[in-house]
Amino acid sequence: MRSLILQTSIRYLVPLQLMFSIFLLLGGHQGPGGGFVGGLVAASAFSIYAIAYGVESARRILHVDPIVLIGTGLFMALTSGVLGLLIDGQFMVHQWGERSYPGIKQLNTPVLFDAGVYAVVVGVTLLIIFSLIEEEA
Amino acid sequence: MLHVVTSTAPSFLYRGVKAGWLTAALPFALLILFASAISGVVQGQTYTATYPWVPSLGVNLTFRLDALSLVLALLISGIGMLVLIYSSRYLEGDPYLRRFTLILMLFMGSMLGVVLADNIMLLFIFWELTSFSSYLLIGFNHQREAAREAAKQALIVTSAGGLAMLAGLVLLGITTGTWELSEMQSGAVISSRFYLPILLLIAGGACTKSAQFPFHFWLPKAMEAPTPVSAYLHSATMVNAGIYLLARLMPVLGDTREWQAIMLPVGAITLLMGGYLAWQQTDMKLILAYTTISTLGLMVLLLGLGAVDVALLLLLAHALYKGALFMVTGAVDHETGTRDVSRLGGLRQTMPITASAAVLAVLSMAGIPPLVGFVTKEAVYTISLATSIASVPALLLTGIIVLGNVFNAGAGWIVLRPFFGKPRAMYGHEASPRLWIGPFVLGIMGLLGGLSRLAQPLLEQTAFHEAHEIKLWHGFNTAFALSGLTIAASAVLALYASGVSRWVAPLTNAIRKIGPQQLYTQAINGVLTLSAVGSRIVLKAYLRQYIRVILIVFVLALAYVFATDVDFNHLLDRPIPRFYELTLAVVIMVAALSATRINKRLSAAAMLGTVGYGVTLIYVLYGAPDLAMTQFAIETLTVILFVVVVYRLPKLKTLSSRSARRMDAILAAMVGATMTLLTLVVTSVPLTSRLSPFFAEKSYVVAHGHNVVNVILVDFRGFDTMGEITVLSVAAIGVYALLRLNLHRGGTD
Repeated sequence: MRSLILQTSIRYLVPLQLMFSIFLLLGGHQGPGGGFVGGLVAASAFSIYAIAYGVESARRILHVDPIVLIGTGLFMALTSGVLGLLIDGQFMVHQWGERSYPGIKQLNTPVLFDAGVYAVVVGVTLLIIFSLIEEEA
Repeated sequence: MLHVVTSTAPSFLYRGVKAGWLTAALPFALLILFASAISGVVQGQTYTATYPWVPSLGVNLTFRLDALSLVLALLISGIGMLVLIYSSRYLEGDPYLRRFTLILMLFMGSMLGVVLADNIMLLFIFWELTSFSSYLLIGFNHQREAAREAAKQALIVTSAGGLAMLAGLVLLGITTGTWELSEMQSGAVISSRFYLPILLLIAGGACTKSAQFPFHFWLPKAMEAPTPVSAYLHSATMVNAGIYLLARLMPVLGDTREWQAIMLPVGAITLLMGGYLAWQQTDMKLILAYTTISTLGLMVLLLGLGAVDVALLLLLAHALYKGALFMVTGAVDHETGTRDVSRLGGLRQTMPITASAAVLAVLSMAGIPPLVGFVTKEAVYTISLATSIASVPALLLTGIIVLGNVFNAGAGWIVLRPFFGKPRAMYGHEASPRLWIGPFVLGIMGLLGGLSRLAQPLLEQTAFHEAHEIKLWHGFNTAFALSGLTIAASAVLALYASGVSRWVAPLTNAIRKIGPQQLYTQAINGVLTLSAVGSRIVLKAYLRQYIRVILIVFVLALAYVFATDVDFNHLLDRPIPRFYELTLAVVIMVAALSATRINKRLSAAAMLGTVGYGVTLIYVLYGAPDLAMTQFAIETLTVILFVVVVYRLPKLKTLSSRSARRMDAILAAMVGATMTLLTLVVTSVPLTSRLSPFFAEKSYVVAHGHNVVNVILVDFRGFDTMGEITVLSVAAIGVYALLRLNLHRGGTD
């Protein structure tokens, strides 16, 4: 299934979607959003890209295997909990940094945790969708 | 001090799994550590360490080192060190050597946990961990069906016993009011009405672990494991866990008539049966396995008599010589390719060092002075002769023990056979130092143990009654005469083993036929048949049927609640809906209805999408942006998923009958009505939750977040989220595996 209209529009759509998903992820703690929604948006971006250009190209722009993404995400979430264990002596006591950065304000473990959720959601969704499309081929 | 032990246990699992000498460094350090505690413990001192874990349930990481623990800890770390050195050579070149070392380390850590734990729940956890690592090690050659089968059997038997023990331990904890072994008082338990159940359950755990009749059958099968494992787990340490537990609980549960009525017969039968089967085998490992069972039986027997210190002396002596003999067997197997005693001979010429280690070990096993085995035997006979339990005459008891010892010593001589006589076709050469150093050190230890009475002061600390005098020379007395008798009779038995074996063949066959092995097989088959029948009845592999059942149960359950205690008075006291809300509701309903009527997939999917986006709009209208966004993204992804698969699906067909569809429609209407009613009921009750205000109030103050939903997800309920993403990942990998499976099969349908 190759459609010029779809392919062209997606070239402009996908970067916007990805930026929006990052925005949702980082802004999630203060406004609407979060890792889960952000992950879903990013996953849908890669999915329509896969529909328009084929799974091969989608995998290329993703750079990592979805399975690796799942593992990394779980590891990030776990790490954010362990940091609390190391610093405060209790698992998942979230830590907040001192310095403020533009966009995310302070470095903190909730964002790390949410980024883990984000990665897991992207990985899970793409793992299933990519293998479904490949099975079809 | 214990802190070091327990905290290193997990960390050392991950490093240094390369060279044998290097991995042995850690157990060596542990050995030094434990040895340094000897002087203190001998004076009656105990070392403790406590870390809270789940204090609300009384489960804490409490460790306690006293004389009993110390003896076993020394064994575990000492023999562990030798076995690690040994297996690095034994399994050299095996691609899974690293895995093997890792599991062996895991076992060592958990076994140390068993003997050091003071909290009974902690003890149970470590206990199960030893069963689990034993399972992994027995099934180490996982390509062999026999190994997998043996591993499974050992796991089923020991963990069934473990579950019984858990029940017993919980009862014990409730009865004594404490979860710490060191705080338990004996009187309370023995006089309570739970005494007998506690005793039976805990004895069940101990007897399965220590391979007592009728649960002994897993141990010979476990010989499928690589020989270092047999040496370490299945003779020197793990099988002693049951003995340890009984000895540990002796002050709390022991020395009653019930205790004797269980321990004495079980121990006696195990002693005789194990010994009887031992000398009839020709595989060196099987001979050793059956003598192990037999000796464990003798230990239980001694515990039944209340002689904890002598049982422990026997445990020590047995671990030394049996560990050595297993390692010798492995070396012989490694160098000649067989361990069948009838096919080997004259190995003392080619493997002199291994042979001398074997001789030392067997001399100890047969009870020749001055080895530790002799000292042990003297002590055992002295006790049995002095026994004055009304129902058991000392003579009968002594007779049983002598007979058991004759069997065992005879089996020991047979194990020695490959080293003497004429050299056979199978020539070996001396094994590498890493293969003989272990048995050699253990053999020498047996000698030293006999000479120096090193263990005496330690064992005295463990005595339950007054300590028994353990010494090399008691003078010419009845015990000494019995020792001589045992040695002579066993030598005769070993010489004429095949003849005697033929003569008693009917008895042997009878034992085999009615053995618990058959019961086990029947029980397993029975369970399999039962579950097959059960799933044929319940699982029809028909999705619509499952959904129907779920929905019907849902409707009925809620109908019951509505009918019994719901106040319907204020159900409709609510503001009149605004017109756009009504419009939305109508759109959703029309879309849902048409989804059921349309017979094109794409249109039906579009209708379902309309329903989903309609629900999203409702979330928006009622001020739940996070929910709305998530729902929106999910709907979008669903559409994408559908687009991906739509071309591969066949056209919709009408497969169900008209009446079936009518029934479904009625069911759907009922579910809809129930849900509506449920929503009305729930929203008509004023919310009295303390959680919402709590979250709203603390969200920014404690968690620095304005978005309460997100704060709940990542912080207040972060643990749930972590669990959810884990489940999600596992599910995705499952889906992936299924799809791949289909691809590999051709993936055409």
